[in-house]
Amino acid sequence: MFVRLGAAIAAMTLLSGAAYAQGAKLTDPQIAHIAYTAGVIDIAAAKQAQSKASNKDVKSFADDMVRDHEAVNKQALDLVKKLNVTPQDNDTSKALSKAAADKLAELGKLSGAAYDKAYVANEVAYHKTVNGALEKQLIPSASNAELKGLLQTGLKIFQGHEQHAEHVAAGLK
Amino acid sequence: MQPGRLHLIAASLAIGAMAAPAHAATIQIVMENLVISPAEASARVGDTLELVNKDVLAHTATAKNGDFDVTMPPNKTVTYVLKKAGTVDYFCRFHPNMKATLKIEP
Repeated sequence: MFVRLGAAIAAMTLLSGAAYAQGAKLTDPQIAHIAYTAGVIDIAAAKQAQSKASNKDVKSFADDMVRDHEAVNKQALDLVKKLNVTPQDNDTSKALSKAAADKLAELGKLSGAAYDKAYVANEVAYHKTVNGALEKQLIPSASNAELKGLLQTGLKIFQGHEQHAEHVAAGLK
Repeated sequence: MQPGRLHLIAASLAIGAMAAPAHAATIQIVMENLVISPAEASARVGDTLELVNKDVLAHTATAKNGDFDVTMPPNKTVTYVLKKAGTVDYFCRFHPNMKATLKIEP
């Protein structure tokens, strides 16, 4: 529990820290990169869950995550193509990917019910973090109206995921 | 074919077209941003549900009691004719926090 909260807070701090460190708001190419990276991370976690999870609800939650995040990321790719924007790698994206790779390795060592619980708990924390970042950093910083719109749609979808994850987590107790 | 017969066919087609919708209505249900609206709707057996998915995600309209389970691809509209009466709670299997109720009169 403390580890999980700690990781979530660390990721949150990274997100806001990176934005402040630049002394200015994030640029659209950076925002697009962060949002896309956040999706890729959850897809990787879900694919691990598809092969490792044992609980039926956890398995179908993982299927839902792959389906939705792939759909949203496809939408994001179509948009950056249309806007002729090249997503730009940045410290926030790098920090997110690093934290996610560590988490994936940590979860990889677990199995059975312990894995199911840890995966779903991390999904709750991860969606909370990403939703907080979308709400407080990414959406307010986005300049392009279509990018802002897509992030707002994403936020609604990911809030749904957060509730869904909480519901699955409650069922595992 | 004689012109007279054509008229007859046209007339019966017209009657047929008029007869069906006289009772059956179309009830539109919209799924947008992971919300089903209206949250409560009324219909009758034989009415058509027009399920409009405005999201980039796939959704389903799945009755809790198993009466129906319709899948809507992203940004697509799917129709479904109601077959059974009852008050049915339904949800999206992919996003179980999307819930609504449909009252189907006989």
